[in-house]
Amino acid sequence: MAPLLEIKDLHASVGDKEILKGINLTVNAGEVHAIMGPNGSGKSTLAQVIAGHPAYTVTGGEIRYLDQDLTDMDPEERAQAGVFLAFQYPVEIPGVTNAYFLRSAYNEIRKARGLEEVDPIDFVDLLEEKLKVVEWGPDIMQRAVNSGFSGGEKKRNEILQMAVLEPKLALLDETDSGLDIDALRIVANGVNALKRPDNAYVVVTHYQRLLNHIVPDFVHVLADGQIVKSGGKELALELESKGYEWLTGVAEATAS
Amino acid sequence: MSESVETLVNREYKWGFVTDIEADTLPPGLNEDVIRAISAKKQEPAFLLEWRLKAYRGWLKMTEPHWPNVQYPSIDYQKIVYYSAPRTQKPLGSLDEVDPKIRETYDKLGIPLTEQKILSGVAVDAVFDSVSVGTTYKKHLAEMGIIFCSFSEAVREHPELVQKYLGTVVPGSDNFFAALNSAVFSDGSFVYVPKGVRCPMDLSTYFRINAQNTGQFERTLIIADEGASVSYLEGCTAPRRDENQLHAAVVELVALEGATIKYSTVQNWYAGDEDGKGGIYNFVTKRGKCAGPRAKISWTQVETGSAITWKYPSVILQGDDSVGEFYSVAVVNGRQQADTGTKMVHLGRNTRSTIVSKGISAGAGQNSYRGLVKVMPRADGARNYTQCDSMLIGNRCGAHTFPYIDVQNRTAAVEHEASTSKIGEDQIFYLKQRGLNTENAISMIVNGFCKEVFRELPMEFAVEAQKLLGISLEGSVG
Ligand SMILES: Nc1ncnc2c1ncn2[C@@H]1O[C@H](COP(=O)(O)OP(=O)(O)O)[C@@H](O)[C@H]1O
Ligand SMILES: [Mg+2]
Repeated sequence: MAPLLEIKDLHASVGDKEILKGINLTVNAGEVHAIMGPNGSGKSTLAQVIAGHPAYTVTGGEIRYLDQDLTDMDPEERAQAGVFLAFQYPVEIPGVTNAYFLRSAYNEIRKARGLEEVDPIDFVDLLEEKLKVVEWGPDIMQRAVNSGFSGGEKKRNEILQMAVLEPKLALLDETDSGLDIDALRIVANGVNALKRPDNAYVVVTHYQRLLNHIVPDFVHVLADGQIVKSGGKELALELESKGYEWLTGVAEATAS
Repeated sequence: MSESVETLVNREYKWGFVTDIEADTLPPGLNEDVIRAISAKKQEPAFLLEWRLKAYRGWLKMTEPHWPNVQYPSIDYQKIVYYSAPRTQKPLGSLDEVDPKIRETYDKLGIPLTEQKILSGVAVDAVFDSVSVGTTYKKHLAEMGIIFCSFSEAVREHPELVQKYLGTVVPGSDNFFAALNSAVFSDGSFVYVPKGVRCPMDLSTYFRINAQNTGQFERTLIIADEGASVSYLEGCTAPRRDENQLHAAVVELVALEGATIKYSTVQNWYAGDEDGKGGIYNFVTKRGKCAGPRAKISWTQVETGSAITWKYPSVILQGDDSVGEFYSVAVVNGRQQADTGTKMVHLGRNTRSTIVSKGISAGAGQNSYRGLVKVMPRADGARNYTQCDSMLIGNRCGAHTFPYIDVQNRTAAVEHEASTSKIGEDQIFYLKQRGLNTENAISMIVNGFCKEVFRELPMEFAVEAQKLLGISLEGSVG
């Protein structure tokens, strides 16, 4: 079977500035990959490029997803094909309820797959199950999408969306940052509950503490737009004690 | 912006067709004889002709105002046709007598003129060019003492009511365009709801400009007597033509003690093409008076059309404890310009007003909010809350806010909040990442932005407004 995601020598820039400088990464169904690395090394850029953010131009290499060329597809087509990005900074959509937003997204994806749309009443039943994943009551669904949500609530909302949309490839960009212990446990449990043999996770994180809950099969270190080291879960522990300097030769950048 | 966004094309204005009907039209130009001719055609009583002439003489001394933040070539008032009516042999007795071509036009517009559609519960008055072509549901309303008819008919059948209230809110001398309207207005709608009666259905008027070079000058007068209540809906479209057409309407609302009037507009006049050619100049005076205690007047407007929109639906809060509301969505795209807002004039004690304005600018559109909150010395305990939000789509458009606050009473509380946001690439990307295409993403963001206004609209109108918004913003992000 073809890998879920296969990235070869990927280069990407913003304007004239090259940010990704030759990334190679293969992710198979059933795997969890952690991506670590100093601030500003290109972790978010990698996730955004996979999802198709228009600010970035792919200048070389390829991204294949289930043997399709992802770079040819619009962001919504990628989403409809099962690519999901949990944003580092989820966006607020004032005036649009979480329920309406999630149902629209769910139905758009179903439509694209030739399935029938789900009406609001059936969707409530479906939601009830999914809300359990993030230990939330139904009230959250009547609030406007991420509007006035705390940092932790926004991250939990990303996981809720992931639970509803059931992606094949989930990219989690620092979903653990800024979470207290409880929220971290909820987010991690959510991911573990949704893990299946036919889907895969790419988890961008700074902290070992998340990886205590979501155990990665592979850990990659990204520095200055390249993967400078890959290993098993023990690499994360090593990074925790030693920092990144021994790999990058430079102090951690201050930009993020 | 991404390519998929850029390749979205502007959908054609689908209401832009012209109906070919025989019309009874006065030659272009304006003088006292034209006014006499209009009045004679409509068999008006002497008081009305006098009233028109007085307004006309006042208008001659006025100059066209240029303070709004809009730009257009000067209007030649002698080139405008002031009266154009579909030719009919005799006064219309029933709906079946309406010219089938006009019926067809309204069918195309989706207006429920036919009896079966009347069952859907909206009473409709339709104004085609200058005259009203049919008022539905009249009998049922008449049993409750509610008068809902064309203005001309009200002049014939209820001259005492017209004489008593006409010009009491917007005098013939009020402003340049109101004076012009007072001199030449041809038709419009009239509503009277008697004491204590709650009008059981929404009353609705559709305005349609068809003839070429015709100005549309309707006059609407709505009176809710003590304790009465009524909800009134107004919708408008026009054919697409290369030359600009002037629409200078006047709407007067009178709410007596304890009465409520809710007035909703979805305005979708032709906006001109992408180069700014053609389109309606919508210069309208709308004002309501809460004449007695505890009266309430609420304006809700969704303005998506017109080349230029210039209007300030206002409320004079004369009665103690009276309430004025203004909920507005104004959208400009292409080369549209809008200068719109409201005036809330607090005269009575404990009067309250709420203003919620949502301006959306796209393309090269220019959108200005202009609002006045005035609290007079006697208005103890007056309160106003104003929220004024602007949304920008793209880099070529503009949003401007001109709030004027004039408080002459120390016990008054006036609160103003304003915000400007930009539909960002990140917001759109977020929704696309969840599977929505660009159009749906923009529509969702914009509808969310307008939510506080849409929820004030009657259900059917709200759905229509949401669709219109989607259409008028199509292709706007690029
Ligand atoms: N949209 C953008 N415009 C300009 N520079 C960007 C943009 N996105 C990322 N960058 C730059 O690219 C580099 C990598 O950023 P990012 O991918 O966010 O790093 P990380 O997620 O690893 O902290 C940084 O120097 C950042 O400033
Ligand atoms: Mg990042």
